[in-house]
Amino acid sequence: MASVTVRETAGAGLYSRKRIEEMSGEKISACFQCEKCSNGCPMVFAMDIQPHRVMHCLQLGLVEEVLNSDTIWVCVSCQTCTTRCPNDIDIAHVVDTLRQLSARRQVKESQKSVAVFHTAFLSSIKRFGRVHEASMVVSYAFQNEGITGVRKQLNLGLEMMRKGKIKLVPSRLWAGKQVKEIFRKAGRKRAQ
Amino acid sequence: MKVSYYPGCSLEGTAKEYGQSFETVARDLGIELHELNGWTCCGASSAHVTNDEMAVSLGVRNLLLANKTRMDLVVPCAACYQRLKAAEKAVNTRKTIEGIPAGFATQGRIRHIVDFIWEECGEQAIREKVRKPLQALSPVCYYGCLVTRPPHITDARDPEDPRAMDDILKSLDANVKNWSYKTDCCGGNLMLTHPELARKLVARLFDMALEAGANCIAVGCPMCHASLDTVQRDITRSDGASYNLPVYYFTELMGLAFGNRAAGGWFNRHLTDAKSLLSRNGLL
Repeated sequence: MASVTVRETAGAGLYSRKRIEEMSGEKISACFQCEKCSNGCPMVFAMDIQPHRVMHCLQLGLVEEVLNSDTIWVCVSCQTCTTRCPNDIDIAHVVDTLRQLSARRQVKESQKSVAVFHTAFLSSIKRFGRVHEASMVVSYAFQNEGITGVRKQLNLGLEMMRKGKIKLVPSRLWAGKQVKEIFRKAGRKRAQ
Repeated sequence: MKVSYYPGCSLEGTAKEYGQSFETVARDLGIELHELNGWTCCGASSAHVTNDEMAVSLGVRNLLLANKTRMDLVVPCAACYQRLKAAEKAVNTRKTIEGIPAGFATQGRIRHIVDFIWEECGEQAIREKVRKPLQALSPVCYYGCLVTRPPHITDARDPEDPRAMDDILKSLDANVKNWSYKTDCCGGNLMLTHPELARKLVARLFDMALEAGANCIAVGCPMCHASLDTVQRDITRSDGASYNLPVYYFTELMGLAFGNRAAGGWFNRHLTDAKSLLSRNGLL
């Protein structure tokens, strides 16, 4: 587990603990470091900053460190931490907030695939109103690793097609208009 | 009884057999499903990590449709269920959300089908339908994350130890095994982006299922199914052997026990052999 280096600029970054609390609506200052979140986390083995330390970092204003961590991208959103927190902090939601902030700037190269996946997934919703799995996976694989990425998915894709698990033609819905509107509004807010 | 029905995107593709088996079983149990006209994606696991407002709005769009029907809304996919519940909680607790009519409140309940079937039908009604008891099957019930977590969203009574699926399968005379991994994560969310990490979680589930004495796994979530069934062949036990653990939707097992002829077709769609265990035991 990598230790967190406290830089001299700590707290002077773009976001303070208070700002993250406002954005997430979660009372991060209530964390008393019981470590239940980290003990129950299924992904902790792949994290560079354990969940309880994420909370501690935020309390200390070390927001940049957390935004640059692997932790926020390998979190599976399983909600175990949120469920078990004795102080009712929705920790998984705090992680969502951190991912949103991180994605506004640049996601670190080693975790790029996760951000690319979410973009491909949301594009599919925006385009069709529903996710069209087959084209979404191809689009993700191509954006992530180019033609090599697509090739990696090919065998499984063909077998799933043989098994009748692939819907070839996406549904195009009149309701898609309303969905596009939701995306337009969300995009506008983000730009503000 | 009549309910409205939100299938969710994967039931149109990778989880087709989940939809087919649920619809068949619902018919057998006298449940009339009315698919929400013009339903759209709930935002799944991507909207809430990208934009809170968008995540709520994508869910609420469907809740507005459901409100018109004035019926309860049943949802087979655990992720859809949790996102629609999250949208419901957001609009019922926050005063104003852009684009949502003031004073909007959900009319019917949003229910995951595992709880819905158990609460509405119960042991008696399920037992009455059984033609082929499943004594030969020893499943562990795997609920995954989002049927029960987080409880402030899902209203789950016992988020760490749900029992509805166990109870349903016991009513089919299956030899249900108890285990501690009912709600441990399968890493489905990372299946495409960090497959090596997701496989570690899946392998542990397989190991624990075998340790519990199971010969198959029952699920109630398309993402869990994809993650346990689809990539199973790529994962080997520490001694190099393969797991060979069929992964069934609990609705498929219900349909099988009810003697439904369509069942064979559902199992053909699995990537991990789901039929040998059944035919070996005269169930197919």
